[in-house]
Amino acid sequence: MTTPNKTKDFTKAPEFRLLIIAVAVFAFMAVLSPDRFLSPQNLTSMAFQFPEFAILALAMTITMMTGGIDLSVVGVSNLSAVIAAIILTHFATPEMAAGQSAMWLGLAAAAALCIGAIAGLINGSLIAFFGLPPILATLGSGLVFTGFAIAMTGGSAVMGFPEAVAWLGNERLLGIPVPLIVFALLAFGLHLLLTRTAFGLRVTMFGANPLAALYAAVDINRMLLKVYVIAGMFASIAGLVIMSRANSAKADYGSSYLLLAVLIAVLGGVNPYGGYGRVVGVVLAVLSMQFLSSGLNMLQVSNFARELIWGVLLIFVMVINTNGLTGFRSALSKPTKSS
Amino acid sequence: MSDVSPHAFIDLAGITKRYAGVTALDGVDFTVNHGEAVCLAGENGSGKSTLIKIISGVEQATEGEVRIGGNLHSVLNPRISAAAGVMVIFQDFSLFPNLTVYENIAFSTQLTGHKRLFDRSQARKVAQAAIDRIGVKLDIDKRVEDLPVAHKQLVAICRALASKARLIIMDEPTTALTEKEVKALLGIIRLLKEEGVAVIFVSHKLAEVLEVSEKVVVLRNGKKVAEGPASEFDTQSLTRHMTGRDVPEARPSPVIADAKTLMSVRDLAKNGSFENINFELMSGEVLGITGLLGSGRTSLAKALFGLVAPDKGSITVDGNAVPIGDPVAASHARIGYVPEDRLTEGLFLSQSIVRNVAIGRLDEHTSAAGFLNMNGLVAEAAEWLQRLKVKAPDIEAPVQSLSGGNQQRVALARWLSRTPRVLILNGPSVGVDVGSKADIHDIIRDLAKEGIGVIIISDDLPELLATCHRILVMRDGKITDELAGGVATEEKLARSLAS
Repeated sequence: MTTPNKTKDFTKAPEFRLLIIAVAVFAFMAVLSPDRFLSPQNLTSMAFQFPEFAILALAMTITMMTGGIDLSVVGVSNLSAVIAAIILTHFATPEMAAGQSAMWLGLAAAAALCIGAIAGLINGSLIAFFGLPPILATLGSGLVFTGFAIAMTGGSAVMGFPEAVAWLGNERLLGIPVPLIVFALLAFGLHLLLTRTAFGLRVTMFGANPLAALYAAVDINRMLLKVYVIAGMFASIAGLVIMSRANSAKADYGSSYLLLAVLIAVLGGVNPYGGYGRVVGVVLAVLSMQFLSSGLNMLQVSNFARELIWGVLLIFVMVINTNGLTGFRSALSKPTKSS
Repeated sequence: MSDVSPHAFIDLAGITKRYAGVTALDGVDFTVNHGEAVCLAGENGSGKSTLIKIISGVEQATEGEVRIGGNLHSVLNPRISAAAGVMVIFQDFSLFPNLTVYENIAFSTQLTGHKRLFDRSQARKVAQAAIDRIGVKLDIDKRVEDLPVAHKQLVAICRALASKARLIIMDEPTTALTEKEVKALLGIIRLLKEEGVAVIFVSHKLAEVLEVSEKVVVLRNGKKVAEGPASEFDTQSLTRHMTGRDVPEARPSPVIADAKTLMSVRDLAKNGSFENINFELMSGEVLGITGLLGSGRTSLAKALFGLVAPDKGSITVDGNAVPIGDPVAASHARIGYVPEDRLTEGLFLSQSIVRNVAIGRLDEHTSAAGFLNMNGLVAEAAEWLQRLKVKAPDIEAPVQSLSGGNQQRVALARWLSRTPRVLILNGPSVGVDVGSKADIHDIIRDLAKEGIGVIIISDDLPELLATCHRILVMRDGKITDELAGGVATEEKLARSLAS
């Protein structure tokens, strides 16, 4: 009774198109350079690379479901990482016993998560209580978070961690890269949150029609606060993964991740006006982007060209999603509307 | 086919309009001659606004021919239609409140004149000429927001004249006017007709404009059900054609004996909207609140549910104070509110029918672990949909696939499933078909029997009389009259409204 027509036919879901795209990009790159793209090193290195920005894309997804956006995710993740790094470098030394450094690592991670939650509370309050448009509220707060991180570090990288820190970003558990496990858990958790809880249903319904949610007596302020707190905490988890992989923390790491996170969410079928989005779509979009990015890397396309390609892709996907393929074609053939 | 006169200004033949699955108009013929006034009558949802949209070029007919001034238009858009002289005056007049009278009147003529600069003296001349044509006194330098409603309407008429209108379509022209103002308007309409300007009145209350009209056309459920000279119609026959039934609706059942006070409102006031509002609602009572457009009835309704924060006053339910200005608190006090505009305020159109009902009951179906019990939620929603006789092929389908009457039942089901003590219904049958309307009235009467207090905000007088035990009349933000529902008549109520 509950979901017969959802599981009935995945081939009819909009996410099926994404599955085809992901497979196509993978196949295309595999054909283009089979030795390198399909090599075990490349496949594992991809599995280590994408979780950090994929987690940011999950944070973007939940805010977009409400018709909002969180442009402060990278700022939050760097601030969290910098604070965790300062705690680690001050209290834990590389020579410390494993047990003790693990304790400090746990404490640093908890501090990072707290920062993410506080940042989310600030964003959520600006949007819910002060009524700022999410895009401007988080653009501003993102600069503030980055500013704090710069002020605390003087703009340079914080490094010199105990060995335990490297585990989160570089080790494997049962043969699976730890960052991938972290991402999978978060993705599954977000999927359950959005589809199986009252909160998730409210987020979707609010995104579909905020005014109707108000008239239906949904506690909108509380819901928005939760959404941005969750986004903030996801961002700080991404910050910890980045810190572990880079073995350092810096105020301006991952600056290209913001555009990438937005792109992945939109590519994954999340409606930027709110009301629709599925985690499975976002995961497929992450895979497509990683295959594309690794492939371009292998073809020795420069980093700058890559950002250009992503920007064009984002605009293209938005045009297709809002107008449909036919609308896109007719818009191209008839640039001006005849009167 | 109707009598196609060679002189007809507007000539529509066999117009059919379908929206996704719904036939709004079904093979309608419609003609308007030069200098003729036509009443287009029909209940909400009968298709009259769709017909107007087709004439004014906002919507395209699915089938049929549109001729304006003898020319066949296969493609019509608002600009072509306006150029042919078709002007629509909507209920809200669509004026710029921050501009002066002359700027409003001359605005569109200056735009279509393709001038880059706004010619002030020319604009004043154009405006004064239009005002002189209808022989009224208006200060052309006054800002429109400072004018009373009747004068705003005159500005809108002048604007249409300045744009060389050959046909003026007036949407609900008398809703916000007092008796005297209606008389003045009718005088102006006579003047316009002498000059060869045609007029279409669109309304569901047409008795007032019958005397200046030549012809009456009645639509019901998208079909033309009556057409003839205005002299052949009176209020009764119009109502009969519009509703398709002769029998007056049942009267409300008597209030439960020795009912207790359920809700009490004291000294509620909001600056610029309403003031000094005091009333009590008994358990099992249906209370009507009515008033002209702009009387403050909708603001009051919203304030009762916390959507508008009043400046002062108190609301209690069962003796417990309800925090004002907070819809969540109001819903915890078991006050429910079904808004007037289903499409933007009431429903999540793209979401499924079952979700639209279930949104009100999510917390009650959440397990200790925090997950929703989907089966229980869906079963409960389905039960309510069945109880309210919602006709839906699939409750997982988006709610926008339903007809107006069924959509309204979905909105009702959401609140009924929360077992409210007080249910506020703003325009409970706006835009629903006749059959659903009677059903919704039955539902309201049943709710009252169960002891729920119902407040109905409406300007549909027969509806109020058919459902309410007591009717409060509002004017300029104050309650000016109270009528007992059992003994009030439509005439008495109408007089109280417009006096």
